[in-house]
Amino acid sequence: MARLVAVAAGGPAGLAAYGVIVTEPRYLRSLVSTVVLAAVVTALTLVIATIAGVFLQRNRFPGRSVLVAMLTFPLAFPGVVVGFMVIMLAGRQGLIGDLTRLVTGERLVFAYSMAGLLTGYLYFSIPRVILTVMAAAEKLDPRLEEAARSLGASSWQVVRDVIVPGLRPAFLSAGAICFATAMGAFGTAFTLATEIEVLPMTIYTEFTLRANIVVAAALSIILGGITWLALALARTAAGSSVAASA
Amino acid sequence: MSVAIKLVSCAKTFADGTRAVGPLDLEIPPGETIVFLGPSGCGKTTTLRLIAGLESPNPGGRVLFDEADVTEISIERRNVGMVFQSYALFPNMTVGGNVEYGLRVRKLPAAARAARVEEMLGMMKIGELRHRRVDQLSGGQKQRVALARALAPQPRVLLLDEPLTALDAKLRDALRVEIDALLRRLRMTAVYVTHDQAEAMALGDRIVVMSQGQVAQVGRPRDIYFAPQSRFVAEFVGTMNRLHGVVRNGHLEVMGGRVPWRGRGGGEVEVLFRPERAAIVEAGAGQVKGRVATSFFLGDRTRLLVEGVSSGTLVVETTDRRDWEPGQDVHLVIDPDALLTLDR
Ligand SMILES: Nc1ncnc2c1ncn2[C@@H]1O[C@H](COP(=O)(O)OP(=O)(O)OP(=O)(O)O)[C@@H](O)[C@H]1O
Ligand SMILES: [Mg+2]
Repeated sequence: MARLVAVAAGGPAGLAAYGVIVTEPRYLRSLVSTVVLAAVVTALTLVIATIAGVFLQRNRFPGRSVLVAMLTFPLAFPGVVVGFMVIMLAGRQGLIGDLTRLVTGERLVFAYSMAGLLTGYLYFSIPRVILTVMAAAEKLDPRLEEAARSLGASSWQVVRDVIVPGLRPAFLSAGAICFATAMGAFGTAFTLATEIEVLPMTIYTEFTLRANIVVAAALSIILGGITWLALALARTAAGSSVAASA
Repeated sequence: MSVAIKLVSCAKTFADGTRAVGPLDLEIPPGETIVFLGPSGCGKTTTLRLIAGLESPNPGGRVLFDEADVTEISIERRNVGMVFQSYALFPNMTVGGNVEYGLRVRKLPAAARAARVEEMLGMMKIGELRHRRVDQLSGGQKQRVALARALAPQPRVLLLDEPLTALDAKLRDALRVEIDALLRRLRMTAVYVTHDQAEAMALGDRIVVMSQGQVAQVGRPRDIYFAPQSRFVAEFVGTMNRLHGVVRNGHLEVMGGRVPWRGRGGGEVEVLFRPERAAIVEAGAGQVKGRVATSFFLGDRTRLLVEGVSSGTLVVETTDRRDWEPGQDVHLVIDPDALLTLDR
């Protein structure tokens, strides 16, 4: 780690290596799009996983346990496999392309765009968060919801005032991990070889193809720093909310 | 404001097949404090939840508030106040926020809400806690907040499920007295669940003794205590002694002597009597004789466990200042009118 910092700062331009990242549009674009992608993935994941997780925890129906078991499945796949699956689904020869051609005459191909990346990222982040939300939802005190309802709260008021605050610690920790994973994901982006260059790919390109070790090191530090910051912020926020609900 | 509650053949079978209550019928007049009393698992909470609207009865069962059928009306529209053993305060709100919650979801104007919160906090004597977080409160304070929160929206009935069980004995007594005064002042219909018979006696206008999902007896505390209609009620409420013996020549003959018999029947019988209906007398003046097995000094009185009178042990209490030793002889007179014969 310290060595990374030293490499970045010890290059011909010194600390200016970090300046390059801001001034050189390619690097800056990569940085911004990665952060935006990770943030969007995190937000979408939390919304979808919360609805699905609370539903799965509250309802018993045939096939539920199979479904829950299947959710743990994607966690085992490396990013490359996930990327490959997105191509199978939404690539030039993909399933969605075939289907849309039948229906509309146009092939819908989004595997190599932002949408394709999003699909891949959501695919491996949603299950993880669903499982966290389910575990947290199980620990919610049902009496709190009953108390709120007895006081006249409607379903959505119960969600807003009881369930969401109760799940807050889970949102923070799951969201932070989701964000960190999305920031650092490489395999999926690599396989999809998209028009969008995410930060881990930029680092890879600078390092292996251009031997631009200084910039690669500086970008790595920034990637690590942002990820660390996200986790630290979540931990602080979770800490205070845990204290508030103890 | 207060409402009469009527349960009409209400039964509840859970999804797993457990028959938790009934079918039972019950009428609660407006303003009455009724206590559900019974051992663990007898269906007190389930019955309370049927009234609240948190459970719906099996088909055919009906819940009426005054004459209106509310069976199909969900809890959020029934306007009931609930107080739980576990307090169930919202941890993400302050004390004031908790009390205000029912007014906020009803979209009352801010000024009206503030006034009502003020009134409730004052009534429960917790005005100075208004800005506290609920995790900074003692158990007794939490239950005061829970009561204030439940009463703030002026519910039609107050439902309390073992509200004092989590508190220590002294606090429990103090808060019980306060709840009693409160319910009387507000003249609110209240249903109070407990398995503590002293609490039930002290609070209830009437007590519903429950056993295995059924009503064993309904009545005023003194009726339940003095005239239990079944062995279950007799032994669940207060302490009961059993005498096993044979009726012969106008007397009940037991192991330790004989007691005048005023009852009907004859032959072998088992009768019950309360400890306070037996008096300790001098040797020679007693009807029956036993031996002290154990004695407990309670300060104002001494409780003796006496053996040798009948097959089991009898509980007898005395206010004399003697120092009772195990093995010592005791002579007792038992009021013949106190003997209860219960076949069920
Ligand atoms: N949701 C449920 N599903 C299945 N069975 C239940 C459920 N709730 C309660 N029961 C069962 O119904 C019966 C009555 O339960 P209930 O909670 O009404 O008893 P209680 O009198 O309140 O007991 P306690 O004094 O222990 O609180 C018990 O046998 C209990 O196990
Ligand atoms: Mg109960």
